[in-house]
Amino acid sequence: MAAAEVSSVEESSPARSSEWDVERVRADFPVLRQTVNGKPLVYLDNAASSQVPQVVIDRGSIYLEDEHSNIHRGVHYLSQKATTAYEGAREKVKRFINAREAKECIFVRGATEGINLVMHGYGRKFIRQGDEIIISAMEHHANIVPWQMLCEEKGAILRVIPMNDAGELLQDEYNSLLNEKTKFVAFTHVSNALGTINPVREMIDQAHKYGVPVLIDGAQSAPHMPIDVQDLDCDFYAFSGHKMFAPTGSGIVYGKAELLEKMNPFQGGGDMIKSVTFEKTIYADLPNKFEAGTPAIASQIGLGAAIDYLNSIDRKKAAAHEHELLRYATERLKAIEGVRIIGTAREKTSVLSFVIDNIHPHDIGTILDQEGIAVRAGHHCAQPVMQRFNIPATARASFAFYNTKEEVDVLARTIEKVVEIFS
Amino acid sequence: MSELSELYQQVILDHNKKPRNFRKLETANHSAEGFNPLCGDQLTVYLNLEDDAVKEISFEGSGCAISKAAASMMTQAVKGKSKQEAERLFSEFHGMVTGELDEDTTANNLGNLKIFSGVREFPVRVKCASLPWHTMHAALNNQETTSTE
Repeated sequence: MAAAEVSSVEESSPARSSEWDVERVRADFPVLRQTVNGKPLVYLDNAASSQVPQVVIDRGSIYLEDEHSNIHRGVHYLSQKATTAYEGAREKVKRFINAREAKECIFVRGATEGINLVMHGYGRKFIRQGDEIIISAMEHHANIVPWQMLCEEKGAILRVIPMNDAGELLQDEYNSLLNEKTKFVAFTHVSNALGTINPVREMIDQAHKYGVPVLIDGAQSAPHMPIDVQDLDCDFYAFSGHKMFAPTGSGIVYGKAELLEKMNPFQGGGDMIKSVTFEKTIYADLPNKFEAGTPAIASQIGLGAAIDYLNSIDRKKAAAHEHELLRYATERLKAIEGVRIIGTAREKTSVLSFVIDNIHPHDIGTILDQEGIAVRAGHHCAQPVMQRFNIPATARASFAFYNTKEEVDVLARTIEKVVEIFS
Repeated sequence: MSELSELYQQVILDHNKKPRNFRKLETANHSAEGFNPLCGDQLTVYLNLEDDAVKEISFEGSGCAISKAAASMMTQAVKGKSKQEAERLFSEFHGMVTGELDEDTTANNLGNLKIFSGVREFPVRVKCASLPWHTMHAALNNQETTSTE
């Protein structure tokens, strides 16, 4: 399917120059203008879901107002228009992660579905009794449970790479887990609960020495750093759109074409077939083989628009700004008596998990909410990480490039208030 | 901060700091474990039921201030009550925190448990307050686990 730019809002504007202009970027995000409980919204729950810029909202509206129809199945004008926009978004994803071909980018509803697709398509076909699958101690449930289900079904064995107290994976332990029984490796690029950035490239190289395919969970990395799947040489890479400024229901699992070709389909239905009789069905070529039924067309087109948006800002400066917010917030919170930071890896994205002596994260979350501050309080769908640090839960502030130092000040002041209430 | 001070009253903060009957009950003949999958709160309620009356009750586990204080005050309220009275308190407490029962206009036996009425202004925290009660109810009825979901 040929890719085409379908409207001017998808065109990249020139990168913004000089210093990071946070106020200008904030103006792109309408949701940030509101007040909560009478206070300006301080949105620090970006690792759970990020906000959507106006250009992405507009792109969805244009689709729904002018272009909506079902894709891949009509000779009429609107179906062609919708198909062009949808496949155009796939081309944008291809360039965003530097895939060799657009057909290696399978649209899914998020990282979770992407991982499940690989588990079903690859795992259920190729994993056998006694095989070993390696994951890491910092995975969230989406990259644990599918592999557990597979191990249970096949009689395979799940191995877990341990981590140190800072929240860094122990590379020596990983290397000693790898052996000729290892048949699949899956781990996260960035930890959602700790912020740790893993040395994925080196870890992929290690697995490839044993000829083992590697899946990278990119849910937390895609919004913060450039991704080059060819440079990483990963076999699969999954991420969600809604954590990178696109609507929910959008996302990608990338797979090397030769692997995707030999995998089983994920779901059966329309769009994933070449021909169907009651005797035999012939599956469609990539990527349609993995996209049964009508997909979330508007959301995936929104993902394309979010990629355009990211390309329109200076991502290096954005990342530097996020890093500075992390540094400043870490310094401010560490200075508060009783606060302990969970996740102190040398390489981190802008995720700040913390606990306070004798105060449960839910109580912290409720008090922060009263001041208009949105943080995540809980186990972050990563209960084994909580068990590793022997805590029931954490509070987590996660920053995007539209957050400000002043917001960090509000956070720090309110945490001081929390400590006071419970003193 | 008025709704907040309504939620985090001194009595609740005190029970959070020094929960009463916070231990495993060696003489328990009924117990149940309660989970709130949303936040990972977990507690076990132990009961010693004799002749359909709660002779002893205790709890242990981890949770937020609201769930801990609710559990602590529940053990005080339920101790010595008949099974039927304990179930009625559960239903009244549940009605109050979900806003179905107006504790000021409808006759009830809630007494000092009324300080939890502020919870209904915080919909996501209602389960924190009701989890211990759901768990006590499960223990009374011989269910081993319960969940707020």
